[in-house]
Amino acid sequence: MITISHYLVLAAVLFSISVAGIFINRKNVILLLMCIELMLLAVNFNFIAFSRMLDDTLGQIFVFFILTVAAAEAAIGLAILVVLFRARQSVNVEELNSLKG
Amino acid sequence: MIDLQLAAAEVFMVCAICVVLLVDVWLPDERRLLTFRLALLSLVGAAVCSAYYLPNGSVTAFSESFVTDPASAVMKIFAYLIVGLVFIYSRDFLMRAGLFKGEFFILALFALLGIMVMLSAHSMLTMYLGLELLALSQYALVAFDRDSPIAAESAMKYFVLGAIASGTLLYGISFIYGVTGTIQLGAIAAHFSQPGAITVPALLGLAFIIVGVAFKFGAVPFHMWLPDVYQGSSTPVTLFIGSVPKIAAFALAWRILSESLGDMHGSWQTMLAVLCVLSLVIGNIVAIAQSNIKRMLAYSTISHVGFIFMGFIAGTEDGLQAAMFYTLVYTLMAAAAFGMVILLSRSGFDAENLDDFKGLNARSPWFAFVMLMVMFSMAGVPPFVGFYAKLVVLGSVLDAGLIWLAITGVLLAVIGAFYYLRVVWFMYFVDPVDDSPLDAALDFRVVISANGLGLLALGLFPGVLLDLCARVIG
Repeated sequence: MITISHYLVLAAVLFSISVAGIFINRKNVILLLMCIELMLLAVNFNFIAFSRMLDDTLGQIFVFFILTVAAAEAAIGLAILVVLFRARQSVNVEELNSLKG
Repeated sequence: MIDLQLAAAEVFMVCAICVVLLVDVWLPDERRLLTFRLALLSLVGAAVCSAYYLPNGSVTAFSESFVTDPASAVMKIFAYLIVGLVFIYSRDFLMRAGLFKGEFFILALFALLGIMVMLSAHSMLTMYLGLELLALSQYALVAFDRDSPIAAESAMKYFVLGAIASGTLLYGISFIYGVTGTIQLGAIAAHFSQPGAITVPALLGLAFIIVGVAFKFGAVPFHMWLPDVYQGSSTPVTLFIGSVPKIAAFALAWRILSESLGDMHGSWQTMLAVLCVLSLVIGNIVAIAQSNIKRMLAYSTISHVGFIFMGFIAGTEDGLQAAMFYTLVYTLMAAAAFGMVILLSRSGFDAENLDDFKGLNARSPWFAFVMLMVMFSMAGVPPFVGFYAKLVVLGSVLDAGLIWLAITGVLLAVIGAFYYLRVVWFMYFVDPVDDSPLDAALDFRVVISANGLGLLALGLFPGVLLDLCARVIG
């Protein structure tokens, strides 16, 4: 029997993977964008699970909004990535270090 | 009043932005000033809407997901004022840098719309949508200077950390939804006012929400993006990001922590107190080591965030009023400080270093005096308004019995005064590196002088703004 806690644990695992991916990743900025998407999907999983548990549609409506905003966020993220690549000729995370102090 | 009237300012702002956008598309470059004028005009229009459709007391609309109350109206009108200052200060700088594009004004207005929505949010969904509208516009604004490699880098850092903040906040909201079964702030508050409602999942959600709020405020240890973004973006964008969004961060903490999770105050008080002390310590001490004025002001922001948190930590009505007063005063001070940085910049040269302030008194005694007022106000020297802002937040934590926190705040404010007074020392007692007189348009000179004198006037009559805050919030 799959209970609510199984869903919540799965969402927590996805969330942790995405956070770890953002902080451990030292190679590619595109991976950061993927991790951010994964993080939002983990949140969506939580909302859907709670929505099912409470038998309430609010959570699912919230998910639609999150998906829409995530699409807009990805568009802006990729646009910034293009600007960054044009300025630097690289998308390496380790090279993002010119600002310090 | 019908729902649309309660959201009149927001509706007007959406329409105005669309008009500005369409007009801007058809304008040739040499007539771009029209965009600037229309943007200022839309701020005036929104202010009229906010003031005209002001209900007595707090009224909800759109199935209780939107609220209009005097407090949000006052803060909105304040936000229009600050955005107006930002536009006036930025105009000449943008022209000289070849960045005088309609996008700057349109993105800034969209960000302002996000702030307005957040101020009036009465459900987690409205709050999230306002927050994202603000954040997405800000990411684009930071990357606005496309040819600058540091702008692109800071935009990327801001984007990644901002997205983590939104994700964390949402994760917290999902738990609150799971526990309470609703996303309306009023209903959430009603749920937690019952005895025994504060369970472990609710606390987990609360912790994630606090992390999200701290990220948006830029409180230590979630402050990493702030100095980089301030330094990396072009000065008008720094001016925008450094001032108005603090009102949004206040709205986030006020609506979510104080209004809907107010009954969990005992749980979030300690978390905020830790963030507050860390922000005060790191902000004030690291600022001393900075030679870049934008970075220095970024760390100064972090320390001011510590003071704003104090009002929330107190958890009383007085504390909330003090936090609101501090936030409004801070946006005025930040606008004036970055305005001065813009004033010192000339074509092809950003006045980014503290050295650029050396000998300002010899170049222009009046603007040196304006900067002196801003720095004294930020340091909290009486009779400037920054002093009263610190006084009321410290008073509210003292009333709440947190004497250790008040003492920490005073000690670190004294340490912090060092780097503000160093700027004053540079201006008055060090010889100028560069003797050229300052040139700025007349409206810039008048507005920044008024901004600086405003800090003095509000300091001499702090009761005006304090009474207003006390009347509208609580």
